[in-house]
Amino acid sequence: MIEALEFDFMRNALAAGLLVSVICGIVGTLVVVNRIVFLAGGIAHAAYGGIGLSFFFGWPYLPGTIGFSLAASMVMATISHNVKHRADTIIGVVWAIGMAIGIILIDLTPGYSADLMSYLFGSILTVPDSDLIIMSVTGALITLLVIYYYPALLAMSYDEEFARIRGVPVKKLYFGLIGILAVTIVLAIQVVGLILIIALLTIPPFIVEKYAKSLFQMMVASSLLGAVFTVIGLWFSYRYNLTSGASIIMVSGTAFVISFVVDKVQMALQNGQRRT
Amino acid sequence: MIIDIKNLDFSYDGESVLEDINLSIQPLDFVAMVGPNGGGKTTLLKLLLGLLIPLRGTVRIDGKSPQAASQCIGYVPQNVNLNHSFPITAIDVVMMGQLDPQKPFSRHNASNRRDALAALDRMGMAAYADKKIGLLSGGQRQRVFIARALVTAPKLLLLDEPTASIDTKGQADFYRLLQELNQDVTVLVVSHDLLAVSRYVKSVACVNKNLHYHDQAEITGAMLETMYPSSMEEACPVEMITHSHPDRVRSNPDKKSP
Repeated sequence: MIEALEFDFMRNALAAGLLVSVICGIVGTLVVVNRIVFLAGGIAHAAYGGIGLSFFFGWPYLPGTIGFSLAASMVMATISHNVKHRADTIIGVVWAIGMAIGIILIDLTPGYSADLMSYLFGSILTVPDSDLIIMSVTGALITLLVIYYYPALLAMSYDEEFARIRGVPVKKLYFGLIGILAVTIVLAIQVVGLILIIALLTIPPFIVEKYAKSLFQMMVASSLLGAVFTVIGLWFSYRYNLTSGASIIMVSGTAFVISFVVDKVQMALQNGQRRT
Repeated sequence: MIIDIKNLDFSYDGESVLEDINLSIQPLDFVAMVGPNGGGKTTLLKLLLGLLIPLRGTVRIDGKSPQAASQCIGYVPQNVNLNHSFPITAIDVVMMGQLDPQKPFSRHNASNRRDALAALDRMGMAAYADKKIGLLSGGQRQRVFIARALVTAPKLLLLDEPTASIDTKGQADFYRLLQELNQDVTVLVVSHDLLAVSRYVKSVACVNKNLHYHDQAEITGAMLETMYPSSMEEACPVEMITHSHPDRVRSNPDKKSP
């Protein structure tokens, strides 16, 4: 691994992976405790429509995709806020339509054949310096926003009704959170792919939740855990010449299964002790 | 007047839920708000909390609108068992009560923490301050939620079906605790079980689209009649027998089964 870091692309891959881990640790914690994983999946896939749109009209990638994803995410957030019992269906529909738009627009774009795989699993080994800078700035901005709104975010996530009684503008905060999520996803897609984003948003927070005593601890620990998964995944990818995004996901997934089994065994042991 | 509701109407999607509600509650009253399910109790509670806006009429809490009075209302929700796995300690739940409607984004400080610990202590839960909320029992969790409601030293304590998750023995203890708190705070407890609360409260408000207020806790036959028009005998006979104050129930007229 150390000798691998002599290559620029490996250094950038590592930096990108660590940055995404931190952002996903913070935002993913909020996604998991607010139970909007499916919404996150919807945004990630619908973002593909924005990618298609940007290519078709020749817009720069980031503004076009972020604009489209923000619009799609606000539609999904409005519906999931107002018609809670049909939220999952509508998110599923926007998810599918967004992707279809993206694929058809790329079909129609003359002379361009996009590699769908690179958006699903990302191209972490080809991250340019400019992307690292954009991601660092956004990451810092998201961290500051979350720190500033932390007490209100905590109250909303734990007990929305009580938060409203105490004057927390829950609706604005919810839409703000979805907006942050959409930007996070778009920034990370081109680097690590939308499937890895979902994995990093959900797996570290899920593993950590049982041990954390506060949302803050959960965010910090999720970021660290995500970083560990990324480093180990990249090592596997380098050592055995595997797709990097998929390797990181497999490391995370294995940890997820181990954590799940350890939990079940612990619970069974505790129940057994109680009975005797 | 701690609660003052005048000529209030409310409807969901055109369907009238509450009609011409008038209610005046004096400070340090202990009110049971009772009524059948779907009779509008929870809706009225949400109007008192400012979560819903009346279609007509006014709600005043301590002379102010519910939103402006937020800090003098303590609220204990019905379901304290949500979000078992949420990473939060008992004291952090209590400190949530200190969010200020005027500055909902402000930080907590050391004095907040002291007050929160004092509120937990009052509920006998100080030893559990740093325990994760999911590891506490249902009854303990309820005490934490009452501490959250009390931490702002409210003038009015609102509780929604607080005994839903407590056994019968626990319920008696719980209502005695409320009686104790009632010495310096007005208490309004929502319940669908009039018989369980009647021996602890000072007054009763029956809500079934309309509201009838009785400034004493005696259960009269007429009250039962308005609340449970047809099914009194089917619904409650067992509780009537096991209730420890059978004399109160005997005032129920010997109504013929329908």
